[in-house]
Amino acid sequence: MTLNKTLMGAVATLALTAGMAAAQDATPGLIIDLGGKFDKSFNESAYNGAQRWVEETGGEYAETELANEAQREQTMRRMAERGANPVVVLGFANGSTLDVVAPDYPDTDFVIVDMVVEQPNVKSVVFSEHEGSYLVGMMAAMASETGTVSFIGGMDVPLISKFACGYAQGAKAVNPDAEVIVNMTGTTPSAWNDPVKGAELTRSQISQGSDVVFAAAGGTGIGVLQAAADADILSIGVDSNQNYLHPGEVLTSMVKRVDNAVYDAFSAAAAGELETGITVMGLDNEGVGFAMDENNAELVSEEMVAAVEEAKAQIIAGEIEVHDFTSDSSCPAY
Amino acid sequence: MDFLGILQILDSSLRLATPLLLACLAGLFSERAGIFDIGLEGKMLASAFMSAAVASFTGDVWLGLMAGILASLLLALIHGVASITFRGNQLISGVAINFLASGLTVVIGEAWFALGGRTPQLSGGARFQEITLPFANAARDVPIVGPIYANLLSGHSILVYVALLLVPLSWWVLFRTRFGLRLRAVGENPAAVDTAGVSVVGLRYAAVMICGVLCGIAGAYLATALSAGFVKEMSAGRGFIALAALIFAKWRPWYALGATLLFGLLEALGNRFQSLDLFGIPIPTQFMQALPYILTVVILAGFVGKAIPPRAGGEPYVKER
Repeated sequence: MTLNKTLMGAVATLALTAGMAAAQDATPGLIIDLGGKFDKSFNESAYNGAQRWVEETGGEYAETELANEAQREQTMRRMAERGANPVVVLGFANGSTLDVVAPDYPDTDFVIVDMVVEQPNVKSVVFSEHEGSYLVGMMAAMASETGTVSFIGGMDVPLISKFACGYAQGAKAVNPDAEVIVNMTGTTPSAWNDPVKGAELTRSQISQGSDVVFAAAGGTGIGVLQAAADADILSIGVDSNQNYLHPGEVLTSMVKRVDNAVYDAFSAAAAGELETGITVMGLDNEGVGFAMDENNAELVSEEMVAAVEEAKAQIIAGEIEVHDFTSDSSCPAY
Repeated sequence: MDFLGILQILDSSLRLATPLLLACLAGLFSERAGIFDIGLEGKMLASAFMSAAVASFTGDVWLGLMAGILASLLLALIHGVASITFRGNQLISGVAINFLASGLTVVIGEAWFALGGRTPQLSGGARFQEITLPFANAARDVPIVGPIYANLLSGHSILVYVALLLVPLSWWVLFRTRFGLRLRAVGENPAAVDTAGVSVVGLRYAAVMICGVLCGIAGAYLATALSAGFVKEMSAGRGFIALAALIFAKWRPWYALGATLLFGLLEALGNRFQSLDLFGIPIPTQFMQALPYILTVVILAGFVGKAIPPRAGGEPYVKER
């Protein structure tokens, strides 16, 4: 009985504070996904975007980090009830949850990265990963001496196949005989956090002749890049610029400006002009691209840059069409 | 599939089997003395974290290994106190250790490094490097035996060889020494050991501590040899696979080697052949990756014959008054 009372009291207090928070000026909220805030990749990029917004505007935002799959809905609802607006969620895995949660909070705007959710108060930001991957695929094939390049994905989902397919197309565009080995780490979310398996897959690919490996696997990618550096072959990072992880061993990184997506959402909301609907971040608006800095300057030749820049211009102009795996769940290149 | 390809797969199996083997031997000592231990996973994880953390602070992987073993020993001690001294339920204590390790590693990691529960990348002397066995390069050209020696046996980190040497050592200790006889007797009939004037509690603590040391080595191998740093939940269920291997091995050291190598082989095959065409029938990736677990179920469903656990396993010993 006492326990019951305490619980009810707690609920009442929660409801009260929630009501009060909603009355205040809305602060944006960011929900970091399962990979973790410092995954050196996708989530870290989002976090950096939010930090940049804080530095430039001096604003505040609410942030939580998911600890497991089951917390998605609870965390989203709590964020909305605390009055955060907009609520930014990261990753395709939030799609079905957000589809249920968003209609319950019509006054709150939601932003989802990497997935389309068709609700009136949701802004969906998707990236043209296949285009960025195409460019790094070209670089991989040009840097490869064996003619075999490889790809390691995290969880086996269509989004990751989109990376793989773009990469394979890019490699084959440079060298039609190029062999592209594609491996996925696993089929559950733990595949984003298994560097041991990532490293083992890399060694397996190296033994099959690969000398450039592209990892699109969150935390697992750290193991991939490490194994590649140990074996003195080149690797390609993903999402954030990962060139610095092993200077001189990482060919480039397929950057996906999740930071820009978060930054833009926060800024637009602060100005009161957040537009819901679908936004595509591609090569034309610098949503995806390849990273160049002092760590990989010696690895990338001028011809490579020239060829890739030319392809980039052609893709933007529509002269090269990179097939999107998610459009029909198949890939012409492998 | 050529000879070299087969060797590469076996090579990969050996790497993947090593943490399982160490954890399996750890469980072997503990369970032979009558203490069930499902906290292998947690101890490995704690050790993986501490070894990586200390190795990154000091730059010395051996200090890291020591710290990892200490962390694992600490958890083993908790398990010992809970299940031997206070006669608690061994399964519950083991589960608690798993949760404790899973949470603590991330919390402490975040406090020390502020990298989201991850440790910094290790390099150079902060990792176990691969060692080349003597004459490996010279022997490479000898047909058949040469490549086996140079590619399969040589070129692993020292902990792999330690793990392999621990198999005969465990067998010798358990089956050829007085300590081993008493340890096994404590798992079968503690009252008889007690009557003979030997301390049941002391023997069980010794077994649990040996288990802690071995789990510590397994965890350090994961974080400082197989990969370069700690990532949350990096043990990824290997402690549980080791338990399955232990039952498969019927609580015997040499069988444990065979069982863990088999699990390693299946994982290596799953990594290498993500899509396999077997006689024209495509076998999906998901099947290949599930293979170790399917095998576990099939084996535990009694395929290996009757696996009889130590008779006094799981029961706290209460001295008669």
